[in-house]
Amino acid sequence: MSLVHLTINGENKSVEVPPMKRLLDVLREDLHLTGTKEGCGEGECGACAVLLNGELVNSCLIPALQANGTSLCTIEGVSTEGHLHPIQQCFLEKGGAQCGICTPGMILATQHLLNKYPNPTMEQIQEGLAGNLCRCTGYMRIFESVQEAAKLQNAGAGA
Amino acid sequence: MPQRNAILGASPIRKEGRAKVLGAAQYTDDLALPDMWHGATVRSTVARGYIRNITFAHEVNWDEFCIVRASDIPGKNVIVHLMQDHPCLANGYVNHPDEPILLIAHPEKAALLRALKNIHIDYDELPGVFTIEESEAAVKALVEKNDDSRIIWPTPKADYEGGPNCFKTYEMYSGDAEKTETGLEAAFETADFIVEGEYATGAQEQLYIENNGVIAECFYTQQGEVESVCVRGSMQCPFYLVHALTLVFGLPDDKCRVIQVETGGAFGGKEDFPSVIGSHAALLAMKSKHPVKIIYDRAEDMAGTTKRHPSRTRHRTAVRKDGTLLGGTIEVTLDGGAYATLSSTVLSRATIHASGPYKWPHLRVRSKAMATNLPPHGAFRGFGAPQSLFGVERHMDRIAHTLGLTPEEVRRKNFLGTGDTTATGQPLVDKVDMQHMLTRALNEAGYHEKVARFAEENKHSLIKRGVGFAAFMHGTGFTGSGERRLNSLVYLDVLEDGLPQILVSSTEFGQGTNTILSQVAAQTLNLPYEDIRLAQPDTSVVPNSGPTVASRTAMIVGKLVERASLQMLETLRLQVHLPADHTREEFIAAAKAYRAQYGTLRASARYEPPAPIFWDDEKYRGDAYPGYAWAVYVAEVAVDMRTYMATCTRFDALQEVGKVMHPVLAKGQVEGGVAQGIGYALYEKCVWKDGHLANNQMTNYIMPTSADLPPIHVHFEEVPSIHGPMGAKGIGELPMDGPAPAIMNAIENATGISFCTIPLLPEDIFERVQSLGHPHGGTEDLDPSVDRDTRVEEVSA
Ligand code: FES
Ligand code: FES
Repeated sequence: MSLVHLTINGENKSVEVPPMKRLLDVLREDLHLTGTKEGCGEGECGACAVLLNGELVNSCLIPALQANGTSLCTIEGVSTEGHLHPIQQCFLEKGGAQCGICTPGMILATQHLLNKYPNPTMEQIQEGLAGNLCRCTGYMRIFESVQEAAKLQNAGAGA
Repeated sequence: MPQRNAILGASPIRKEGRAKVLGAAQYTDDLALPDMWHGATVRSTVARGYIRNITFAHEVNWDEFCIVRASDIPGKNVIVHLMQDHPCLANGYVNHPDEPILLIAHPEKAALLRALKNIHIDYDELPGVFTIEESEAAVKALVEKNDDSRIIWPTPKADYEGGPNCFKTYEMYSGDAEKTETGLEAAFETADFIVEGEYATGAQEQLYIENNGVIAECFYTQQGEVESVCVRGSMQCPFYLVHALTLVFGLPDDKCRVIQVETGGAFGGKEDFPSVIGSHAALLAMKSKHPVKIIYDRAEDMAGTTKRHPSRTRHRTAVRKDGTLLGGTIEVTLDGGAYATLSSTVLSRATIHASGPYKWPHLRVRSKAMATNLPPHGAFRGFGAPQSLFGVERHMDRIAHTLGLTPEEVRRKNFLGTGDTTATGQPLVDKVDMQHMLTRALNEAGYHEKVARFAEENKHSLIKRGVGFAAFMHGTGFTGSGERRLNSLVYLDVLEDGLPQILVSSTEFGQGTNTILSQVAAQTLNLPYEDIRLAQPDTSVVPNSGPTVASRTAMIVGKLVERASLQMLETLRLQVHLPADHTREEFIAAAKAYRAQYGTLRASARYEPPAPIFWDDEKYRGDAYPGYAWAVYVAEVAVDMRTYMATCTRFDALQEVGKVMHPVLAKGQVEGGVAQGIGYALYEKCVWKDGHLANNQMTNYIMPTSADLPPIHVHFEEVPSIHGPMGAKGIGELPMDGPAPAIMNAIENATGISFCTIPLLPEDIFERVQSLGHPHGGTEDLDPSVDRDTRVEEVSA
C-alpha cells in the first residue's frame, strides 16, 4: 500500500492504495467520483479522460503512484456549484451528449482543446477529440457544441 | 391567455441531459448495494465439444467463492428468446467459444481474475463450422453421405426441433406463388438482360461505450426458498429479462423485477443479451445470498456478446434494356451463430427489405438463417435490413452498368410510389415520392456536377474520387402482426403536485426516448415540456409498452402517449370542468381537484392496430409494417491508389420520417447511424479464429474517430404520417441502412471496380486491384472471367 496525495478539483486528498492501482479506480472506488467512466481499460476510448496538471490523460493507464503530488480535474470539477460550465451548457443544447457515457471525457478533452486553441479550426477540433470515442453521435453535434463553446468563451473573455 | 405551445418540432434540451453533462448520471457500474459481491463468468475456450473435466487449482481458497453450475439452476437451464435452445450455462456440451460454463462471485473484485486463471476445463473437441458456406457444406454432407459430424444444431440437449444447421427459412412471393413462378419463368425468357450478383456483409460489433453490466438481488421466504429476484442494469427491454428470469427461476412474472438504469449506448446490443448476463447475476445472488454485480470488461464484452449477423445475398434479375425490372429472385442467407436467439426475426426483416423501394412484377425471395459455432449473433440497429439492402442497392448499380444506363435511370424506372404495392402486397396508401427524394438528394450533394468533374480529374490523379448513392426504406415497428401481439400499454399519472408522469417500459439509451415522449405529452396536454416527468423503467411500476427496438418508440409508443394524454384531458374536462384551451395553472388546479375528489388519476392507452391491417405469417404476405421511412443517401469518396485507402469525404443523408419531432435529436440519430454505417463499410472488421473474435479490443477493432468522419449533411423531407403522434414515424434504424451501399457505389464510380463485400479495408482493395491487374484502377471489364464475384449474361435481344 502507498499513500498518495492528490489535489482533486481544488481539494487536497490522500488515499492509501496499492501503488499500481489504476488512477481510474482510485477516483471511482476510493474517492467515489464516478463521473469518470471506463470504456475500454486500454487507453483507446477516452471515457476515463481527466486533466492531470492540465494535460489530458487516460486515467485507466496511470498507476496511482504516478499520480502522486499531481493536480487533477475530473468532470465533477468542471461545473461550479451546480452551474454548468459553458462547455457543458453547449453540449446540452447542441445535442453533444446522447447516451452520455463518453460525455465526461469528451467535455474534459474539449476543455483541454479550448485551453490550447481558443479559436480552434475544424481540423484542430477533429484532431483534439480523436482520442475520445463516441458511438452515438457521429461527432457532428459534438463539433457544433465545441464551436459554440469557443464562441461563448471568447465572447465572455472579450466582455 | 391560454398558451399554445409548439413543443413538437422544437428542440428542448434532453430530459436527462443535465445529469449527463455534469457526470452525475448513474450508470450500472456507478451503483453499489450493501454487502455486494462481484461476479465473473468462466467461458469455453473451444468452439464445440463435450466438457470432460473441470478442475479447481489448489492455489485458490475456493471456500471464499460462490460457484454456480448448470445444476444449480432452480428452473429451466435456458435463456428464452423465441426458442428455448440457448442454455443459460453450458451443461456438459459447448457450442461456441466463450460460451458461459460456470459463474463465480467473491466480495473482492480483484480476487476474480486470479480465480478465473485457476479453473481448468478439459474438452473432447468436435469439429466446428464457422461460416455460412461451411454450415451449408455440413448439411450437404449429411444429405449426400449421411455424415452428421458437423451438424451443430439442434444441439444434443436442446428440445427444439429444427432443420439441421438451419434456424429458420422464409419463402416470400410478390403474388400467388404458382403464378409468380410462371411469371418469373416468362420474365427470364423474354428479358433483354439477366444480371446476377452476390453481395456479402461481415459481422459488426455494436461497441456501445458502456459495456454490459447488471446488479442482481435475491430474496428468500422464511423457509429459505427463493421468493423473488430483482435485477438492475444497462438494457433496452426490461420485460425481456423478466421473461428470461421466470424460466431460469421458475418464478411468476411479478416475482421477477427488473429496473433499467442509465444505459451508455445499446444499438440492439442490449436487446437480447441482458437476458444472459441478468440471469447469471441473479443465479450468483441466489447462491451467494448477496447482491452481485457483473460488469464485463471490453475484451469479454466483445468476445462474448452478440454482433450483427454476417450475410450473403444473391440476386438474379430479368431486366428490359430500358432498365425496367421484369422479375427477380433473391436469396438471403444469414449466419446466426450457435443458438437461434433472435435470428428468425432478423431474417424476417432482411427478407422483407431485400426488394428495396422498387416495383417487382414478379419476385421470389428465399431466405435462411444458418447455424455456425460463433457466439450467437443478435440485434443491431437495422436488424437484417442493412444486410439485404446492401445487396439490392449494389445490385441496382450493377444492373445500370450492365445496361449502360446511369444508376439514377435504373432506379427512376422502378421506384415504388403512392398507390403502388410492395413486394409483400402492401398497398402504399401514404404519400411516397422517391422520384422527388432522389432529385433533391442528388442536388443537395452536387452529384451530377461531381460525377462529371471527378471523371475528368481522376484521369490525371492517383487519388480516385467518386460519388454514389443508395435509395431505401425502413419499416417502422414490429413486422406483420408483431405489434398486435405486443399489445403495448402506457400509463399517464397525475402526481400530487398536479403534474403528469409518463409510465412506460420504453427505455432511454441515448436516442431520446425520454425527451420525445415528454414532448408528445406536453404538446397534447398543453403544458410546458419541463412539467412532464417519466417514471424509471421498473417492471414493478411501469406497464409493458413493448421493447425499445425496431424504431417503434416514437411512432407506436408516442402515439399511445398521445392517446393517454387526450384521455386524461377528456376526464378532466368532463369530471372537474377543465376549460378548453386551459392554462398550466388551470390544468394543475383541475388535476388537484380530481385527486381530491376521486383519489388517483391515471389515464392509459393500449395499442390498437390501424383498422385495415392484414398480415399472413404463413405466406409472408400483407401489410408488413404500419409505416415506412424513406431515404436517399449520397456518399462521396476518395480512394488513394498508392495506399489503397478508401475514405468517405462527404455524406448527404436525405430522409422522409414523417414529422420531425426534435430536429437536434433527429439529426443526431442520423449522424450517429451514418457514422456506424461508414464504420460498417470501411473500418469495422471482425477477425474470427475458430469462432473466437481475435480482435476483441478497441485497439484492433477500429470504429471511426472524430478524425475519420467526413462532414455529414442531414436533410429532412416532412410528410406527416397518420400512424404516429402528430405525424411522426420511426427514425432510429434507417440511417444504418444506406451508408454501406452508397459508399461501395461511390467507390465503383471512383475506381471502376465493383466491390461486393464489406467491410472493405485497404488490404482488400489492394488484393482486388492486384488480381485485376489494374494497378491504378480504371474501367473494370464486366467479362465474367475477370470479375470473380458475379456473372452477367446477355440474352440475345
Ligand atoms: S477506459 Fe481509459 S481509455 Fe478507455
Ligand atoms: S453519447 Fe453515447 S458514446 Fe458518446
